[in-house]
Amino acid sequence: MHKTIEQIHERIRDGNARVVTAEEMPAIVAELGEKGALKEVDVVTTGTFGAMCSSGAFLNFGHAEPPIRMERIWLNNVEAYGGLAAVDTYIGATQQSDTLEAEYGGAHVLEDLVAGKSVELRASSHGTDCYPRRTITTDLLLENLNQAIMCNPRNAYQRYNAATNTTDRTLHTYMGTLLPGTGNISYSGAGVLNPISNDPQFRLIGSGVPIFLCGAPGMIVGEGTQASPAGGFGTLMVTGDLKQMSQDYLRAATMTGYGVTLYVGLGVPLPVLDLDVVRATAVRDEDIRVDILDYSVPGRSRPTVKNVTYAELRSGMVDINGEEVRTSSLSSYRKAREVAQELKSWVEKGSIRLTLPTRPIDTTKQAHPIHQTTPGPRVLDIMCRSVITVSENEEITTAAKKLLKGEANHLPVVNGNGVLVGIVTTFDISKAVANPGKAHLVRDIMKKKVITATADESVDIAVQKLEQNNISALPVIDHQQHVIAILTAMDLGKLFGGRWLK
Amino acid sequence: MKLLVNFSRGKGRKPIIAQVVRDTGVLINVERALIDSSEGEALIEVPDEQCKLVRDSMANLGANVRILEHGIHHDESECIDCGACISVCPREVFTFDEEWKLNVEEEKCILCGKCIDACPHRALSLPL
Repeated sequence: MHKTIEQIHERIRDGNARVVTAEEMPAIVAELGEKGALKEVDVVTTGTFGAMCSSGAFLNFGHAEPPIRMERIWLNNVEAYGGLAAVDTYIGATQQSDTLEAEYGGAHVLEDLVAGKSVELRASSHGTDCYPRRTITTDLLLENLNQAIMCNPRNAYQRYNAATNTTDRTLHTYMGTLLPGTGNISYSGAGVLNPISNDPQFRLIGSGVPIFLCGAPGMIVGEGTQASPAGGFGTLMVTGDLKQMSQDYLRAATMTGYGVTLYVGLGVPLPVLDLDVVRATAVRDEDIRVDILDYSVPGRSRPTVKNVTYAELRSGMVDINGEEVRTSSLSSYRKAREVAQELKSWVEKGSIRLTLPTRPIDTTKQAHPIHQTTPGPRVLDIMCRSVITVSENEEITTAAKKLLKGEANHLPVVNGNGVLVGIVTTFDISKAVANPGKAHLVRDIMKKKVITATADESVDIAVQKLEQNNISALPVIDHQQHVIAILTAMDLGKLFGGRWLK
Repeated sequence: MKLLVNFSRGKGRKPIIAQVVRDTGVLINVERALIDSSEGEALIEVPDEQCKLVRDSMANLGANVRILEHGIHHDESECIDCGACISVCPREVFTFDEEWKLNVEEEKCILCGKCIDACPHRALSLPL
């Protein structure tokens, strides 16, 4: 048995359609069975409300007298793209204000426009024969724009890996505040209500399908950027009329230490055509798995701490190595429910028309990392290989002499096997000399906790270590913890003028 | 009742809290404290009926004491009920109700401020 879109439309028109949210569907399938559910339910509505950084809007301002071809454009001091001539722009959600930085950005401009507030446009041009004007400044309301079309390249992630932090300091990430020592877990996504999780084969979700976008009728453009549906991480590119949007479903936000982002409310109605749709929409939080990644690794290969379901994340606690760790959501489940409910009423009223995709999304696609032809500078490009070390059993005076001779400020300390066990600085030695006491040997005054670098590490990572620990040198070690070089703040000077490009 | 006690260096060397406990016999619960070489701040909890007694005794010893009537301020119009604050709070002030709406138990709050930065929507702030 199967139903056609036309049959569903007919039932909607007659007021006989049964529309349910994706949260209600699993219980209905459990009660009526798959065939029963197919007969009973006509449309399942989904919804999600969370941070979707890759969002923004095309705006058309209309022409001025005399006319200007805007080349550089700011809205409330947030720069917008000036390469669309002459009075078009694209304002991206994460672009930050030149003056307020992370406290105000493109997302706030969009929210202010939707809230009916006026926004200051400032633009400049070099002036041409046809567009002689060079500058313009004016206050604009959303209603003053000819078009304000939201177009979000990467929205509605199918699911998102959760985050934790095993370091001993608090991390501020796009996944929010991560407390030290696996102090909490942060996650995002609506789980059971997530649009793509209810249609992972993209049978119903594709180009041209009408959706709920920030309170306005919108549409799926097609595959989102960085979509990786083969691995269960599909995304959507979506569009909608900003002029019809509501602040209830469009909110600017700032992730401390990361930057500005936009919270987007998005829902897709799914017509229940056959048993495959029933099975897909019967998905529960318990069925959707994500990894909890350790954000202490500042690279792409973050280790997985645990694999969990949305049900576990939503329970508020996850057991990690015998300890109960509390969870926080960054997306709002309450708002996701509101989106799905609102969309449900749209479908029931017939104010949103269901269609099948006019072009399908390739479900076999997998996103790749960037093709890097020029690697950035690595520690080995600038490190100082003529490093002097001292044995932990040497006298402090020996260390002092070595520092003087090597004109260095940092002396890595090694044990009898040449393994790094500590570090002494000119400060440590001065202190020992100024306060003569029991300390005679290097090991009595050395700092045992040494922050190190590896030769193939990116210089940016090494710089971050220097900054975070407020230090000025990192011993460079090999796999056996042998000191092979040292990287000091002075070596960073080699980066200027491209001298590291040997 | 919660009291916020501030003292400066010279007086910081005096055992103000211990002194007040001995003088008044009130059992003071120190919820959080930050004391360094120049100044100190402690958030203490005392039974409501002895609040004034403790405040006056501390003030007599040179401390600056303020009665805290409110915990963290929650702006419902900015809050979107995400729950980012829930796991960063050391006192479990924030929970979800059955409708996934954020519930704030102000009286548990010790005004540590950890949730303020964790809120993506700037809906949490210290009370004035």
